[in-house]
Amino acid sequence: MKHLDVIVIGGGHAGAEAAAAAARLGARTALVTLRADAIGVMSCNPAIGGLGKGHLVREIDALDGVMGRAADAAGIQFRLLNRRKGPAVQGPRAQADRKLYRLEMQRLLAAEENLTVVEGEVVDLRMEGQAVTGVVLQDGSEISARSVILTAGTFLNGIIHIGDQRQQGGRMGDHPSVPLAQKLAALDLPRGRLKTGTPPRLSGRSIDWASLEMQPGDDVPVLFSFLNRAPIARQISCGITHTNEATHDIVRANLGRSAMYGGHIEGVGPRYCPSIEDKVVRFADKTSHQVFLEPEGLDDDTVYPNGISTSLPAEVQESYVRSIAGLQNVVILQPGYAIEYDYFDPRSLRPTLELKSIEGLFFAGQINGTTGYEEAAAQGLVAGLNAAARALGRDPIHFSRSDSYIGVMLDDLLTRGVSEPYRMFTSRAEFRLALRADNADQRLTPKGIALGCVREDRRIAFAAKLDLMEQAHAALQARQLSSRDLAGTGITVRQDGARRSGFDLLSFGEEARETVESLFPDFAALPAEIREQVAIDALYAQYLHRQEQDARLLQREEETRLPTDFDYPAMPGLSKELALKLARLRPDTLAQAARIEGMTPAALTLLLAHVRKARRNAASA
Amino acid sequence: MNTIYALASARGKAGVAVLRLSGPGSHAAVAGLCGPLPEPRRASLRRLVKDGVELDQALVILFPEGESFTGEAAAELHLHGSLAVVQAVMQALAGEHGLRLAEPGEFTRRALENGKLDLAQVEGLADLIEAETEAQRRQALRVLSGAIGRRAEEWREKLIRAAALIEATIDFADEDVPVDVAPEVLALGHAVLADLRREALGGRAAERIRDGFEVAIIGAPNAGKSTLLNALAGREAAITSEIAGTTRDVIEVRMDIRGLAVTLLDTAGLRETEDQVERIGIDRALSRARMADLRVFLISDEALPGIEPEDGDILIRGKADLGGGGVSGKTGQGIAELIEEIGTRLLERSASAGVITRERHRLAIERAIEAMESAMSEVEKGTARAELAAAELRIALRALEALVGRVDVENLLDEIFSSFCIGK
Ligand SMILES: Cc1cc2nc3c(=O)[nH]c(=O)nc-3n(C[C@H](O)[C@H](O)[C@H](O)COP(=O)(O)OP(=O)(O)OC[C@H]3O[C@@H](n4cnc5c(N)ncnc54)[C@H](O)[C@@H]3O)c2cc1C
Repeated sequence: MKHLDVIVIGGGHAGAEAAAAAARLGARTALVTLRADAIGVMSCNPAIGGLGKGHLVREIDALDGVMGRAADAAGIQFRLLNRRKGPAVQGPRAQADRKLYRLEMQRLLAAEENLTVVEGEVVDLRMEGQAVTGVVLQDGSEISARSVILTAGTFLNGIIHIGDQRQQGGRMGDHPSVPLAQKLAALDLPRGRLKTGTPPRLSGRSIDWASLEMQPGDDVPVLFSFLNRAPIARQISCGITHTNEATHDIVRANLGRSAMYGGHIEGVGPRYCPSIEDKVVRFADKTSHQVFLEPEGLDDDTVYPNGISTSLPAEVQESYVRSIAGLQNVVILQPGYAIEYDYFDPRSLRPTLELKSIEGLFFAGQINGTTGYEEAAAQGLVAGLNAAARALGRDPIHFSRSDSYIGVMLDDLLTRGVSEPYRMFTSRAEFRLALRADNADQRLTPKGIALGCVREDRRIAFAAKLDLMEQAHAALQARQLSSRDLAGTGITVRQDGARRSGFDLLSFGEEARETVESLFPDFAALPAEIREQVAIDALYAQYLHRQEQDARLLQREEETRLPTDFDYPAMPGLSKELALKLARLRPDTLAQAARIEGMTPAALTLLLAHVRKARRNAASA
Repeated sequence: MNTIYALASARGKAGVAVLRLSGPGSHAAVAGLCGPLPEPRRASLRRLVKDGVELDQALVILFPEGESFTGEAAAELHLHGSLAVVQAVMQALAGEHGLRLAEPGEFTRRALENGKLDLAQVEGLADLIEAETEAQRRQALRVLSGAIGRRAEEWREKLIRAAALIEATIDFADEDVPVDVAPEVLALGHAVLADLRREALGGRAAERIRDGFEVAIIGAPNAGKSTLLNALAGREAAITSEIAGTTRDVIEVRMDIRGLAVTLLDTAGLRETEDQVERIGIDRALSRARMADLRVFLISDEALPGIEPEDGDILIRGKADLGGGGVSGKTGQGIAELIEEIGTRLLERSASAGVITRERHRLAIERAIEAMESAMSEVEKGTARAELAAAELRIALRALEALVGRVDVENLLDEIFSSFCIGK
């Protein structure tokens, strides 16, 4: 039997990132997945990033993860979303060539020294008491490891629905993972069913492109990785069309035949990814919806029609799709479908994504109730780093709501659980102005360097960037200007006698940029991206300053861990209701406890007091 | 680290009121009011002056860092115990940079964090906390029912809608959402802003009138409540006003008991009834009585439907003139003792209610106004600054949390998904 540090089950987006992260940290790692050539497959839309999601990819990249680099290599159309809004809410997005993405992901994993890929189905976990010690494969072989990460995605008891037809499947063309799902059921973890859907795939040749509005990518593409500057693949445009009344009539007339509306599905679906059935029912007065036609690859005829996912029978899909402008003669290559799958209540997890009840077993990705490649990959990164840390006897690695979207997502999942598939939005981050896609490296790369999961090339590039940033700040602080100095420069300031540095002046926004650069030539001489970044920092400086106190308080509470064996009901002073909630949810930190509904400042003080007491007792014992 | 302050003694017309300050700015803040500082740990008499107006003659005591209850630099002001004086000094402090009103339990928490609290004392915290949570529950209940509650509910809806509109244009920019949400956001925001401004202005003047405890007198219809109320009001206390409700549910009498403003509520006689209109009256009386700070139950032989005495309520026999002890409105027997008892119990409770809460609300409203004003001006500057408008709106919402309840991102998302067809 092979003995390893970390085993990752599943080669989806969570699994790939987890395996790469564990290996980077120096753990001997195996990635066990059903098909090695399916590593990095995008089950649904051929795109990476977006609002909130793009932030996650940048953070993964800042810790030297693989998603950003693979997306850059495969990107065939780059667009920075919200380009005309503030930089804090801009999110990079790229449409990816499916095949290029898969191949690049497989290449990146193959290049990891400590990583081996094993093809096979995991059917059972090896356990010793309440700790996991390895996995059992379908052929009966076993692999042992100190940490195991499960990233089975939509495969656990997956059921695919098309109209009233249902079949077992992990996604179209793949078997579900049933034996493992049964074993997991026996672990008695709280779980539920969720669902999601995907649109039919169309043949590009059968689309009347000439009649459609086309959307090109950005003139100046913004990439994901801090290490990349320009796209590699040829760039393409997407088509835009719209549904119409006729489309809606067809959908409406066939609602009873939809898997979702015919009552065949028990799982809960995401509200922000409504099927065409949902759209027609819930927004009955809207007569048209936008549909993006996204080519799935440069040498692939398949087109992904973004906006019309469905679980209607195949023949109904054909007739409603053909009612749409430009698609009158379209050929469906693969019908749309809905999929239902098991997920586990993420409130059973620690902030490392290790289960509270089973040592050494980590969960990441869609099985934790999230949706989306980026959410999956970000969790994979966290689980991979922590599984490796555990195996190597190192301290757990934590993320905070105040340092990353990763921290926001973990905290949301762990303290609230999910009631529908969880997706990242920028509005979930209360420190949104500080947690930007542009500064993900400054927020997280130092942490990665300290941990040892960041490689030489990135370390050097990052150090060089920091050096330039320092030069920029020094240049801007070199002179302090009064309102008189500024007269006639185009910047008007209050006559308050205050002297302002170049940095202060940059906070006046885009209009002040040119003047500042003419007044501070040393600053103007620096590379454009450095100037850009400093200008963004200046724009938000006063807000960041105001939030600092909140962030510090939060960090302190996040660092205060609550013992797992606290006897809450026996704590005098806690209301019974609160004590029961605490006993049930077992928050890991004071910060998590603070977000429990009904929690009072006084009760937090009491918890803190008990933490102190427990610590003192432990020290004197 | 912020410097915090709060009233440390029970409120009411006691001889002395102790205001406590803790944090790095505490000594400077005191110096701002009294000029040259006394030596540490030495009680000294000082005149407290703000903007040329004398607020009080007070005993001032300073504690250096490491030698105070919290372990931080701290100070105590022993003021004359009138509400007006306490209020004036607290307002003076509120205007100081870096100072804020302490959160409930915050002094204790700081003491704990700085290792100043003997851990044996921790168990003792429990009682304090129990009392505090009970007071908070009641407080929340009172705010969220009645007139201010209804207004708070309206603010809540408008603010959620406004924030959701902005967030929708941020998080779903590449989808089918209305491009220009500014007119609706501005209308919603300005409506709330106008209300808040009115509240902030009216708040201070009305505070003294509204500021007070409610004591409900509860009993069956023939238990002798009205005679008792008249006796209470007529003999020992001055009636400041008498308002007969438009319905016959609740009659209020305001009086002054041991320096506290107290409103006595004479609730409608409680009994089972078939009459629809009377039923409504009784329900209203019951809910009012449940929310009162204290209940006086006049016990008679008839059972009382729908309400149970809580810990700390007063139970007493009525119509004592008919023999058997208790209190009688007719002969005056037991009235003085009852007033004494009501006063004692209210003073006990006053520690965690009253001024602090009101002051907290007033400050919260002021902070919210400031943030809302910035939010509106950011909205006017256009969508390029949407994230800044959203940030200000969030600050306003957080400030108003105690009034409108917590609004979190799930509320915003609910609003977004119910109004817009979003999703590709
Ligand atoms: C039909 C459909 C529609 C979707 N629609 C959307 C959408 O609209 N928007 C969106 O954001 N996301 C959507 N997604 C979700 C997106 O695909 C997932 O969020 C993402 O792929 C999750 O990544 P993951 O790593 O958790 O799991 P997956 O990518 O599903 O990967 C799971 C991996 O585990 C392997 N595996 C499973 N069981 C075993 C086992 N026992 N032994 C070995 N290997 C195993 C599988 O082979 C697979 O490689 C959709 C997914 C599907 C299937």
